[in-house]
Amino acid sequence: MVKLTIDGRPVAVEQGTTILDAAKKAGIDIPTLCYLKELNEIGACRVCVVEIEGQERLSAACATVAEEGMVVHTSTPRVLDARRINVQLILSQHNVSCTTCMRNGNCKLQKVALDLNLQEEPFEKKPFSSKWDKTFPLIRDGSRCIQCLRCVNVCEKVQSLGVWSLTGTGKHARVEVTGGKSIRDVNCALCGQCITHCPVGALTVRDDTQKVREAIADPSKLVVVQVAPAVRAAWGDAVDLPAEAATEKRMVAAIRSLGVDYVFDTDFSADLTIMEEGSELIEHIKEGKEGPMFTSCCPGWVRFLKLEYPHLVRKLSTAKSPQQMFGAVAKSYYAQLLGVEPERIFCVSVMPCSAKKYECDVSTVNDAAAKDVDVVLTTRELGRLLRHVDVAALPEEEFDQPLGTATGAGVIFGATGGVMEAALRSAYYLLTGRNPEADAFSEVRGLEGWKEASFQIRDKKLKVAVVSGLGNARRLIEALERGEVSYDFVEVMACPGGCAGGGGQPIRDGQELAGERGERLYTLDRSYALRFSHENPAVGELYKSYLGAPLSHRAHELLHTEQENWEL
Amino acid sequence: MNRIEIIHPSGAEQKVSSLYADLARRGAVAPAGNCPVEQSAAFLTLCVSQSCGKCVPCRVGLNQMSLILNRILEGGGELEDLDTLERLARAIRDSADCPIGYEAAGSLLESLQSFREDFMAHIQSNHCTATFVPVPCKLGCPAHVDIPEYIALVKEKRYADAVRVIRYDNPFPAACALVCEHPCENVCRRNMVDDAVNIRGIKRMAIDNAGVVPAPAPLPATGKKVAVVGGGPSGLTAAYFLQLMGHQVTVFEQRKKLGGMMRYGIPRYRLPEAYLSADIDAILGTGVKAETGVSITGERYEQLRKEFDAVYIAIGAHAANSLGVPGEDAGNVLSAVELLRAMGDEEKLDLRGKRVVVVGGGNVAMDCTRTAMRLGAKEVKCVYRRRQKDMTALPEEVEGAIAESCEMVTMMAPVRVEKDGDGNVAALIVQPQLPGAYDRGRPRPVKAEQEEVRLECDVIVAAIGQVVDSATFAERGLPVNRNNLKSDAGCAVFGSEAVFAGGDAVSGPSTVIRAVEAGKTAAANIDAYLGFHHVLERPVAIPDAPRTAVGPCGRINMAERPAGERKGDFALMEICMTEQEARQECSRCLRCDHHGMGSFRGGRDKKW
Repeated sequence: MVKLTIDGRPVAVEQGTTILDAAKKAGIDIPTLCYLKELNEIGACRVCVVEIEGQERLSAACATVAEEGMVVHTSTPRVLDARRINVQLILSQHNVSCTTCMRNGNCKLQKVALDLNLQEEPFEKKPFSSKWDKTFPLIRDGSRCIQCLRCVNVCEKVQSLGVWSLTGTGKHARVEVTGGKSIRDVNCALCGQCITHCPVGALTVRDDTQKVREAIADPSKLVVVQVAPAVRAAWGDAVDLPAEAATEKRMVAAIRSLGVDYVFDTDFSADLTIMEEGSELIEHIKEGKEGPMFTSCCPGWVRFLKLEYPHLVRKLSTAKSPQQMFGAVAKSYYAQLLGVEPERIFCVSVMPCSAKKYECDVSTVNDAAAKDVDVVLTTRELGRLLRHVDVAALPEEEFDQPLGTATGAGVIFGATGGVMEAALRSAYYLLTGRNPEADAFSEVRGLEGWKEASFQIRDKKLKVAVVSGLGNARRLIEALERGEVSYDFVEVMACPGGCAGGGGQPIRDGQELAGERGERLYTLDRSYALRFSHENPAVGELYKSYLGAPLSHRAHELLHTEQENWEL
Repeated sequence: MNRIEIIHPSGAEQKVSSLYADLARRGAVAPAGNCPVEQSAAFLTLCVSQSCGKCVPCRVGLNQMSLILNRILEGGGELEDLDTLERLARAIRDSADCPIGYEAAGSLLESLQSFREDFMAHIQSNHCTATFVPVPCKLGCPAHVDIPEYIALVKEKRYADAVRVIRYDNPFPAACALVCEHPCENVCRRNMVDDAVNIRGIKRMAIDNAGVVPAPAPLPATGKKVAVVGGGPSGLTAAYFLQLMGHQVTVFEQRKKLGGMMRYGIPRYRLPEAYLSADIDAILGTGVKAETGVSITGERYEQLRKEFDAVYIAIGAHAANSLGVPGEDAGNVLSAVELLRAMGDEEKLDLRGKRVVVVGGGNVAMDCTRTAMRLGAKEVKCVYRRRQKDMTALPEEVEGAIAESCEMVTMMAPVRVEKDGDGNVAALIVQPQLPGAYDRGRPRPVKAEQEEVRLECDVIVAAIGQVVDSATFAERGLPVNRNNLKSDAGCAVFGSEAVFAGGDAVSGPSTVIRAVEAGKTAAANIDAYLGFHHVLERPVAIPDAPRTAVGPCGRINMAERPAGERKGDFALMEICMTEQEARQECSRCLRCDHHGMGSFRGGRDKKW
């Protein structure tokens, strides 16, 4: 242990602890801006500087290791002045237009400036100019970028893609798309992790809320909303509602209050996905096909595979994602139930994801209509639509039927390992004719980036892996290619922790919330009466009256796709 | 009122000249990988500030160029800007009234030609092609040794670990601790504060205190066999790394012992046997086989190609240039190679009481000069046709020689050798020279309007460069360029499958560390050629970076044994740092791997 004194308080920490963490342990909050634990400890913004006795100059608390006997002062006038000046310098390069910024009220720079009691911007302002294709789902505003380099490190270290780089030197050093290319010409998976790790409003997801408002106002349209599993675990953060009050049913009420016609559940089509993908898996195993089958519900992962390992795209399950299955069912089966033309249905999905905005535009994934899903909103956009709604006062309501019926297996799709677990629950049933314990496959839960498990089902030993985060996906693929590992079934989610940690989720700067949000989904799963996708009565009815059986001709037409034909 | 006064510089003038001194220091260690367009713009701004303001091209033109450059840097440039810049620069160069203006414009003109692609990238995609180098010393070292890491280890007295770290990139830690030309120090960022860290001295500290540090165990055997022709620094480096990667290497060395120019060029007072053999023993300890006293004939070369899966040719540059003056066939006219090679085999020439003239101004000339003194010469003159400051020898070598009572006879070009009645050397006749126009950074010597000078002497040593003896390989169809073997940046020889070449044999005479660079490069590419991608893992974890660095603090230079004492023997002349000195010197390291860009992109390559 290393003993030191911070602001007069003695503190003892492990060898190698930074002054920042040591101060936290002593209950002292040192402001940070560029810092992200383990991801971006680069001392770039110099906001966390502190004074160490015996040192001529100030040191960055995030990048300086505590030493025995150190005497640290975290808020002397000299320290505060340096911090203020540094933030004022950052502001001189930042397009301070808070009122029209998506991160207004949820901006690390605003908070730091406020905490430092900044009252003026004394320096000449010169933000970088920027050009961007605003039709792309991911949008960067270079004039708001503060060159903290978090995006560079998240993309490179966590997602192994390196979409962002620092270019130029000196006063012209700035973040750019690597190689000065267009974002459309690099290998961006559209996971949105750079967006959720951006401290300011430089990186955002394209806002499509206006399209939804227009559809609601159009009397010829029937607006059908589907809500992804992970959205219910995080929507409270988007409307400043505490977790206890931000229930699934209150979320239904909030969405309905917007004036939409039907509020349905993507969990329903998650169950449907399990029926298709689970049946495909059993076929895959029975036919003894080579190598693993990969899940296909994450469009960030599908994009990644197409961009980085195109030869492996054929290993993806052909099942569409729950979002697209829902759209296809809504504009065929459900249109028929309602007796309306599919074109009248305007299908909106609320997703924890930025890549879903790309997925819904892929032409070959739209089979029931020109577009099976018309608009995708992120959880954050849902929050923006609800800004004028007093959500706390709304009574809880139920999803509409029949596409609002779901099981616990569908709910856990939103957490890493959830698709795998749901698939195993039903695969067990399909192979043995009876249900396993609902929690029999809980081994695949948890935040670890690369999990492995094997299960004996009858005479068949099933070897599975679950990865989240594209860096982990890459490690797994490389190991597969080298023949070091082998699996029957692999679940991949582009975002660490799965959709719960998705790029469309509400942002709490500096906090990784995938674990907490995923846990809420497991709690919901346990609370459901039905926990097996194959027991979803609405799904059963869909097969009985419309699709026939899993993998039937019609199911293939509506619910499957050839990812090899997806345009990027 | 005084008719004329003594002028004292004002406070402002003093400060400005100290600013320029700072600028010179900063300029000398300008960060590698800074955007060249940015640097040109900054240089122009400085030039504008120096303008007196009288003539138009300088006063207005330089500033206009600066404005255009800044527009380009801010992403608002057009392709036509380059033409405008070029025309403008030409006009200023042609028409400004003094060098403040025309030199500045000339320099920009060169920039426009030298890195046009970078200008284009800025204009076309607002993208900069430059990549900032976070840890300058690591880039400055041709073998890319992780210098901050081993300095941190020496600071913690983990000497053996420091040696392991050096050896990860360079299997000659002991030899380089004594004789490396330390290009790392030239770019050390500490120069911005006061002076470079004494990196080589710290390495010496590690070596002297580490004891015997065996090489790591090789990776599992691959069954592949590699022949290395030449047992010098480049050949042995390749052998070492290839053996560690699991290939069986055999080194073929022409001379009696391994070491190449480290043994047959560098004298023992700079690199004692114990240091050299420590490195060679560690290399052989990995299982490298060596056959000494073997000359590779053309026939044998063809055999090697059949018997081995790959061949690395690192034969060095061991043929001497001749003086090229009448009378050089006289008795007692030697080449540096002859003198130093004999020393390498412990066959000391007897120069007692002789008057020796060494011709040349490089490090080899200094080695000959100082060796001659140690062999008992009565007087040793080093004759050079340029100024002392133009010598390519390290200044400390020249100063050392002078301290040992050798004489530098500069601005003198040899004209002919005068023989005595027995056909032996009687004198070297030299022609005084004048420094003329600059050519590749040095003034070219031109004949001065002065009489020839007669330097009476008994022995002449010509140390005016070596060439590669590549005839054997050229006859077998290997490409050569003015005797040097030709290979690509990966050391592969074009047109000869499985044949690689590097070191002095390709570059011409250079330094140990350059030879190591080639050997390392060849090893990696031979490994790849053999169908592998072996990765060597770093041996130790780096200590935490200490708190921010101390303020200005003097550099500790290496002490030497007193000149009067050392000039009489061949014992090591340099004295190792004390523990106190090493501690202070290590603490001068700024840990660029941890601060500045290092914390973002410094880190370290964990493998190569």
